[in-house]
Amino acid sequence: MAEGPTPLVEMRGIEVAFGGVKAVDGVSLDLYAGEVVGLLGHNGAGKSTLIKVLSGAVPARAGEILIDGAAVRIASPQDARRHRIETIYQTLALADNLNAAANLFLGRELTTPTGLLDEERMEAETRRILARLNRNFDRFSTPVRSLSGGQRQSIAIARAVHFDARILIMDEPTAALGVQETAMVAELVRQLKAEGIGIFLISHDIHDVFDLSDRVTVLKNGRLVGTRRVAETTQDEVLAMIIQGEPPSSSRHPREGGDP
Amino acid sequence: MKSLSSLLAKTELSPRLVGMLAVLAAIWIGFDLVTDGLFVTPRNLYNLSVQTASVAVMATGMVFVIVMRHIDLSVGSLLGVLAMVMGVVQTQVLPSWLGFENPATWMLTLAAGLLLGLAIGGLQGYVIGFLGVPAFIVTLGGLLVWRGAAWWVTQGQTVAPLDSRFVLLGGGPGGTLGATWSWVAGGLAMAAALLAMARSRRGRRKHGFPLRPLWAEALVAGLLVAAIAGTVLVLDAYEVPQRAAERIWQTRGLGPLPEGYVMVHGLAISVVIVVVIAIVMTVVGRSTRFGRYVYATGGNPDAAQLAGIDTRLLTVKVFALMGALCAVSAAIASARLQSAANDLGTLDELRVIAAAVIGGTSLAGGVGTIYGAIIGALVMQSLQSGMAMVGVTASLQSIVIGVVLVLAVFVDQLYRRGREE
Ligand SMILES: Nc1ncnc2c1ncn2[C@@H]1O[C@H](COP(=O)(O)OP(=O)(O)OP(=O)(O)O)[C@@H](O)[C@H]1O
Ligand SMILES: [Mg+2]
Repeated sequence: MAEGPTPLVEMRGIEVAFGGVKAVDGVSLDLYAGEVVGLLGHNGAGKSTLIKVLSGAVPARAGEILIDGAAVRIASPQDARRHRIETIYQTLALADNLNAAANLFLGRELTTPTGLLDEERMEAETRRILARLNRNFDRFSTPVRSLSGGQRQSIAIARAVHFDARILIMDEPTAALGVQETAMVAELVRQLKAEGIGIFLISHDIHDVFDLSDRVTVLKNGRLVGTRRVAETTQDEVLAMIIQGEPPSSSRHPREGGDP
Repeated sequence: MKSLSSLLAKTELSPRLVGMLAVLAAIWIGFDLVTDGLFVTPRNLYNLSVQTASVAVMATGMVFVIVMRHIDLSVGSLLGVLAMVMGVVQTQVLPSWLGFENPATWMLTLAAGLLLGLAIGGLQGYVIGFLGVPAFIVTLGGLLVWRGAAWWVTQGQTVAPLDSRFVLLGGGPGGTLGATWSWVAGGLAMAAALLAMARSRRGRRKHGFPLRPLWAEALVAGLLVAAIAGTVLVLDAYEVPQRAAERIWQTRGLGPLPEGYVMVHGLAISVVIVVVIAIVMTVVGRSTRFGRYVYATGGNPDAAQLAGIDTRLLTVKVFALMGALCAVSAAIASARLQSAANDLGTLDELRVIAAAVIGGTSLAGGVGTIYGAIIGALVMQSLQSGMAMVGVTASLQSIVIGVVLVLAVFVDQLYRRGREE
């Protein structure tokens, strides 16, 4: 095999079980710097669980994780943050009783020289970051409970991209966003990719995934169905993989439209 | 009506705070009318402030506990055992080294109580946070265990008399600041409040954030200064009886009381302790990482954990803090009675929880203020004292207070629902 550069992240043989149910069953995948890998699969296929192993939220029963080719132990969200892995969770993981700035800086608060929280600096930074994602956002002192789904999602995205991530995990980042905001997130993904960040993107919108990803990986019932380069496959083939759990028999000839 | 509430919104005063103060005022005025002017007197308000102190101190800690979605049913019993231990430390342990009436006795006693309170609270927090036993069960066990332990300290004997300096913590005869020092304390409080407001405004202007209008700023500042000055004025108007004043003057080694000198109470030391603890706890809750994590964990425990917060250790710290505050309350309560008995603090857990809840702390977690809990404690004590003054029997008193508790939470929920829509 002709080896290219070392992958930024490699997950090998990951297994997660909840009680008796295997939510992720021996899945391997990798991600290169400056690459977007889309994760696809039906509801309950194990996408969120798989990426939670990488973000330290769920312990794996078996398997290993390599970053820059070196085996690492990610046993907690702190470990993941140390490796500069940032995550936008499907559930957003916001403290509803706190405002936007408090959520954005949760666990990494800015402080004054006396060690007290520097609310003004945090609010100023938050205003700056959110302006890039959601121009209409102006509710900085209200608890995020009373914000709209899309506004809350903007805060979760802002939090993940603010802290110099090398590896970004986006679990359905645009599910609640309007057209304009979705376009801004797409723009952001392209920008981050150009900066050399590796991104896992989970979405049910196959068009979006094809639009943004370099490769797509399909899961079904916790198992890996396959990985395809977007440039070398079609949405039909990937859809068949999602639904049937195996590549269609015709996929020996993926470039069907180009066949003579 | 609408313009009034929009004006109120401009001052950024919490409507809940305004509401609670209105309720408190209504209770005071109501009892004053019924008792023909006996309720709102310097003497009664002084007593009210001293009687509220012990519960108010614990209520500030209970806010953090409840905000974290826990509960502490053991605080009354913990107060009991800590008061007993501090009683024995100051009357039996320390005198055997330092002799009686040593000036260091009260400090060493308090330090011992604080350490023991931290340890017991931390132990309960460990069982809750790391071993995963629900706080309700752990502290229900604690309620029984520490009440039993309070008896064991002296086999049920009441400890008295206590160290004469320690007793001053309770705000009894001599345990007050007097006229001059009350004004000094009040002045410091005003300066601190105005400084904090000015700093916040400067910070917001520096970053170009919206500011509240100057008239609103001035109104809030004026109200604060007036409230502090009013408190000092009222408490300074309560005179110490001539005979007691002479005795205090003598024990302080100042010789005979000067001719025509009128001694006044002013702020009780226990009330000063409450104010200092309230300020510290407010700063901790709002402006430190620890406090931020307490509120974040209460709002969404999973989110807090995913943000890298060690919520188990945080649980230990919050319960340890609660234990230390119980020690402060134990000192205040036993000092006020000038003795430590093993039933001290019985049913205080309910008063403390009720104070926090009446003050707007939500049992669902994530929401609660320190000032609310203190006003809640004051509301409860006002009701109790007022009813006693009117001659309501003890059984009817508990019925009324129980109904008020449920009503307060009901109204609070109505208010919350109204805000969400
Ligand atoms: N905390 C949990 N406890 C028990 N089972 C779980 C837990 N989290 C996930 N599961 C199970 O693991 C399986 C995979 O769930 P996961 O959330 O990873 O799916 P997903 O691919 O992200 O689905 P969706 O597209 O709906 O987000 C499901 O069968 C789910 O029921
Ligand atoms: Mg999912």
